[in-house]
Amino acid sequence: MKQWASMFSTVWMGVATHKLRSILTMLGIVIGVAAVIILMSVGKGTTESVVSRISSLGANTLFISPGFSTAQSGVRTSFGSANTLTLEDAEAIASNVTNIDVVAPSSTTSVQAVAGDQNERASVVGVTPEYAQVYSVKMSEGDFISTDDVQNNTRVAVIGANVQATLFPDTDPVGQTMRAGNYIVTIEGVMQSSGQSIAGDVDNDIIIPLSTLQLLTGQQLTPTGGHIVRSIGIEMTDAKYSTQVTNDITSLLMERHNIADGGTADFRITSVEALLSSVSSITNELTLLLGAIAAISLLVGGIGVMNIMLVSVLERTREIGIRKALGARGHDIWIQFLIEAAFLTLAGGIIGVIIGWGGSYIISRTGLFPTVVSPSTIILAVSVSVGIGIFFGFYPAWNASRLDPIQALRSE
Amino acid sequence: MISLEGITKTYRMGTRDLTVLKGINLNIEKGELVAIMGASGSGKTTLLNIIGCLDRPTKGKYFFENREVSRLSGNDLARIRGQRIGFIFQTFNLLSRLPAVANVELGMQYVSGIDRKKALEALGKVGLADRVHHRPIEMSGGEQQRVAIARAIVKTPSLFLADEPTGQLDSHSGEEVMSVLLSLHAEQGTTLIIVTHDAHIAHFCRRIIHIKDGEIVAEEKT
Repeated sequence: MKQWASMFSTVWMGVATHKLRSILTMLGIVIGVAAVIILMSVGKGTTESVVSRISSLGANTLFISPGFSTAQSGVRTSFGSANTLTLEDAEAIASNVTNIDVVAPSSTTSVQAVAGDQNERASVVGVTPEYAQVYSVKMSEGDFISTDDVQNNTRVAVIGANVQATLFPDTDPVGQTMRAGNYIVTIEGVMQSSGQSIAGDVDNDIIIPLSTLQLLTGQQLTPTGGHIVRSIGIEMTDAKYSTQVTNDITSLLMERHNIADGGTADFRITSVEALLSSVSSITNELTLLLGAIAAISLLVGGIGVMNIMLVSVLERTREIGIRKALGARGHDIWIQFLIEAAFLTLAGGIIGVIIGWGGSYIISRTGLFPTVVSPSTIILAVSVSVGIGIFFGFYPAWNASRLDPIQALRSE
Repeated sequence: MISLEGITKTYRMGTRDLTVLKGINLNIEKGELVAIMGASGSGKTTLLNIIGCLDRPTKGKYFFENREVSRLSGNDLARIRGQRIGFIFQTFNLLSRLPAVANVELGMQYVSGIDRKKALEALGKVGLADRVHHRPIEMSGGEQQRVAIARAIVKTPSLFLADEPTGQLDSHSGEEVMSVLLSLHAEQGTTLIIVTHDAHIAHFCRRIIHIKDGEIVAEEKT
């Protein structure tokens, strides 16, 4: 115990009496650890923000989009552009598949929107009232599209925050009219800004009743007379029914679309859950990649430690000789230098954690990236830096321990 | 206490072998005060290094306190040095960045662990009680050598080895250091071997061994 106390005081003297060298040794580790923590926190923060945006839709949400359709000529259109989903499909799903809360079919077109002397290219989305629930739409003013609106093909619209900002910069839009393409609609509500989400950017949307959209664009019908929709959003009563609901919808739509068993479906069902897992696996890989890049700087820092420790052993050859003459054994010297290296890298690691933490706080405060510093990152960074000290201090310490006392004493 | 039998030391210099010690036979009893004299290059420092367990002979047997030590491992020799032998060097060999008291503590570090009280006591014995927190660069040569002596006595060794202890000191400081060494020897009865080329220093000793070209050529007793 007394021996260890002496050892630590020796190490402390070695560090404290060579301040500049100690600081330089630590610097590489400080930068490396800070870089690891900042980059990992940016990676983790981005992951969490993407995941939270997706999961704001709810894990119990499914989306059905049109798939390929093969024309009679045999030409296959690009995925998602086919006119294979219909309003009638949506109604059939709502009445036949169990464990479904709401079904929200929608269709989209793009128009020039004009109000007063302002105009903008905006996308017009035709929806039913269920859309608000499936896509988590919240109103900042007025009301969303109602069942009456859909039944009566009312010419009303609900606009996104950006549309409001562009077309009605100074006035309250509710109750006013605007022109969407060739039609005049009355604005009955404004949606809260939702930011970018996988369901599209609702901020730039003009939302009108689905029936109105179909009227305005001329009823687009399938050869069998179905009303074409672009997408069907579904909210299940619980995410655990995902498989059952997916399977039931698949067999129902296959039957309705006259596709034989084993044929290629002309639609695709995406669950938020599946989306979430693929997105988070991608972002996790990105986080790892960022961490790996930062780890290279940590490695360079470690080589710096070895470099300086080697110089330090050379410079302190005489000290080593004196210690050996006074009875230090090889491993006393070895442990002294090893602990010194580990101490320097530990201190560097701790300073790096503080700087990295501060850095990522600043980054998130400036709004550059969302950041999350996780305890596991800190533990990893600190233990890796100590490990680097021991690993890269090993060879210099071994060199020191093997010095011949007489030769070491003779050195200047 | 010390018994050398046919000690030979050969260094390899490139392709040539250089024999520095040529079959030294020497006995030193416990409590003796011995000077080893010789010109530079005579082999006296090499002899002292072997006696001090810093080096091993190429041939011959060395009994230290009745134990054959010439073939011991580096770690075993280090243990003997730490526990039994106190060195005093011509160039002091203090750590210049550490205060006097920390330098004295170095003498205990590998033996019994650091004990601040003992270190201060040792500094008191060499007359440096008021200089304990000064660093070597702030001290005179004579004071530095006295710190080195304190470092040697703090672990109460059975053998003191002094290699030209006054070689870098003016005659006044040299006298001072010698009187500290001699009074410690007288007080504690510790064996003291001084290597020197200075006849004046050697004549403080009761037994003087003359070395020339690696061989003992004469011995006088006073």
